[in-house]
Amino acid sequence: MLAAATVRRRRPSRRGGPTPYVLMAPAVVLLVLFLLVPIGYTVYLSLRANRVTGGGLGIRRETFVGLENYASVLTDSAYVDGVLRMLLYGVIVVPSMLGLALLFALLLDTPRVRFGAFSRIGIFLPYAVPGVIASLLWGFLYLPDVSPIRDTFEWLGLPAPDFLAPGTVLFSVANIGVWGGVGFNMIVLFTALRGLPPEMYEAARIDGANEVQIALRVKVPLIMPAIVMTGIFAMISTLQVYTEPATLQPLTDTVSQTWVPLMTIYRDAFVNADIYSAAAASVVLALGTLAVSVAVLTLLQRRAFGRDR
Amino acid sequence: MTQQIHRRGFLKGIAALGAATAVPTFLAACGGDDEEPAQTAGDPNAPANLTFWTWTTNVQKVVDIWNAKNPTQKVTVSNQAQGEELITKTLTAHRAGNAPDLIHAEYQALPVLITNGVAADLTSLADGIKGEFTDGTWALTSFGGKTYGIPQDVGPMMLYYREDLFQQLGLTVPTTWDEFADVARQVRQKDAKRYLATFSSGDPGWFAGLAEQAGANWWVNDNGTWTVRINDEATKRVASFWGGLVNDDVLSGKPMYTPEWNKAMTDGTLLAWPSAIWGAGVLEGVAPSTKGKWRMVPMPQWDGTQATGYWGGSATAISSKSSQRAQAEKFVKWLNTDQEALDALIAEGGIYPAATKGQSSSQLSKAPAMMPNQPTFFAEAADIAQTARGFNWAPNVNVTYSQYSDIFAKAIQDKSDFAAAVDAVQAASVADLKKQGFEVKEA
Repeated sequence: MLAAATVRRRRPSRRGGPTPYVLMAPAVVLLVLFLLVPIGYTVYLSLRANRVTGGGLGIRRETFVGLENYASVLTDSAYVDGVLRMLLYGVIVVPSMLGLALLFALLLDTPRVRFGAFSRIGIFLPYAVPGVIASLLWGFLYLPDVSPIRDTFEWLGLPAPDFLAPGTVLFSVANIGVWGGVGFNMIVLFTALRGLPPEMYEAARIDGANEVQIALRVKVPLIMPAIVMTGIFAMISTLQVYTEPATLQPLTDTVSQTWVPLMTIYRDAFVNADIYSAAAASVVLALGTLAVSVAVLTLLQRRAFGRDR
Repeated sequence: MTQQIHRRGFLKGIAALGAATAVPTFLAACGGDDEEPAQTAGDPNAPANLTFWTWTTNVQKVVDIWNAKNPTQKVTVSNQAQGEELITKTLTAHRAGNAPDLIHAEYQALPVLITNGVAADLTSLADGIKGEFTDGTWALTSFGGKTYGIPQDVGPMMLYYREDLFQQLGLTVPTTWDEFADVARQVRQKDAKRYLATFSSGDPGWFAGLAEQAGANWWVNDNGTWTVRINDEATKRVASFWGGLVNDDVLSGKPMYTPEWNKAMTDGTLLAWPSAIWGAGVLEGVAPSTKGKWRMVPMPQWDGTQATGYWGGSATAISSKSSQRAQAEKFVKWLNTDQEALDALIAEGGIYPAATKGQSSSQLSKAPAMMPNQPTFFAEAADIAQTARGFNWAPNVNVTYSQYSDIFAKAIQDKSDFAAAVDAVQAASVADLKKQGFEVKEA
């Protein structure tokens, strides 16, 4: 009672006063220092480059070059190819990863499931394997001369698939991503399913729906917000694909050093010692990521979260 | 050890896990001026505290000897990174104003350091110790009459082959590249699972060494103007030779330093390896069960005169911003020319020293662990080292090398003309030099 009264009496004083700003300050300072300043510095660097002056071997000096770095990034066919490859990778990974995650989540949520906990852990486990380790593991399975998969095919007298051929390597890399990502998404969707009120299933059953119909007509629409959320996370992680191809790169001729945009950025910054091009390529990639995320969100928001707004 | 630097790509993935997202933070450390300070003629015996960025194995033990002898001039070793990554790091540190006094750099990386104003002109120090090195070695650190680094180790190229399998298959050891091609064909006829050797798109330094042997000179700097000839006749000859054999499936085209390669080197899928003097150490790591089965001979030759190239090797440079220049020079001279230091570098670091005095060190009287069957290994190697020739490197070797990897990987995949791939590397390298503002005269 007393507390409530105090609160009521204090409320008007919230207008004006420095308190909100003081409370906000730590977050704002951290945001500015560790997000906005580095972003600003990256943009600044992307407008500069090392240019040579002087005789002899010449001395490189940092100078302002305007949008030159952006021009060379956007006209670099290797970078553009990398972007296209990344998008294709996304087209393969996002639907197959979410599809499998949803399928597993729905299966584990059926009333007659056996070994539920065991299967859940089994499906989730690959997510706990670090990307580099996963890529090395799969790398060994893919490399023709050390691959037990190929040995098996040969033993059976069948033509062995080449996982690292130009036509198949994208799927092989995507497979590593899917393998590592299904578990996490499955847990998110499964948790969403467990949060649904069971009365609805009962009602559906009384209306004569079977398990498949319940899954498709009741469960999926109700967990749509969770599906959209995992979809957006999966998309963003697609735009950041780096670890898997970069780990496979030294193992095979089919993965170049510019296979995906982040690999190009890494090479420019840390192998070619050209942080300026790397900064420009980073800005281009970041803007692309932002644009795609906003577009997808606006498109889906009304459908998924419509009733909340 | 030198061999570790050629395939860091494998580890790159691990090292770079967080790097990609952290790029802006990394970059935020840069800034500052690029002014070259005036040369200081300090007292070489004054107390000092020197930092040394290097990746030589067990170099701490070598530095410990120095520190014990020079208690007032302490050298602190810091293993920051290797090869190209160390160069990138050094450039960043230089701009931030906290570069180390002493920098370990592969020969091909020196021009990058020089043109960024990082490596100090060591010509005054050089005059006194030039005689400790062969002319071929000395040329690796000198540009336009100035010296920017003191050679530490070299990697003259030589051919390793499986003595046991050569005998078993009735093959003769090739002394010319023509014979090499013949033997390669015989291998394919006798056992379709085996190859004589592989051509690797992942190792530009290896290809550069093969080109050096054939007499290539990729870069010449004449008074500020660069002439780039990556597609010169010698290089094209090398490229066409390997390309023809790889595209006909006479030689393998798979990269080196992969799990597959390790297996091929162990189980005899690959019978020979054109490598460098440190190759015996690599074999110990990748194919320990083949101990005593390999033999080292001079590289197959193109023409009458014996020649070989370099693969790997590095020098010690001094930062132009170091305020302890005189003491740093004293240390560099000791490290790379003093008998005790050279002996320790060989014994602890497993390097093959650049100084001729080091090449006849008593530490080299025993054969490498992998080659007990060749007790005269290092004596033979020293003779081969005498015939090694290098060429001058350009300020964009890093860009050229990464282009090589991608362009040749594609050529191997498409079974296309390797000579055309060399032209593509040339074009990409020249375009980059021009973009950076260097004066370039195309040959």
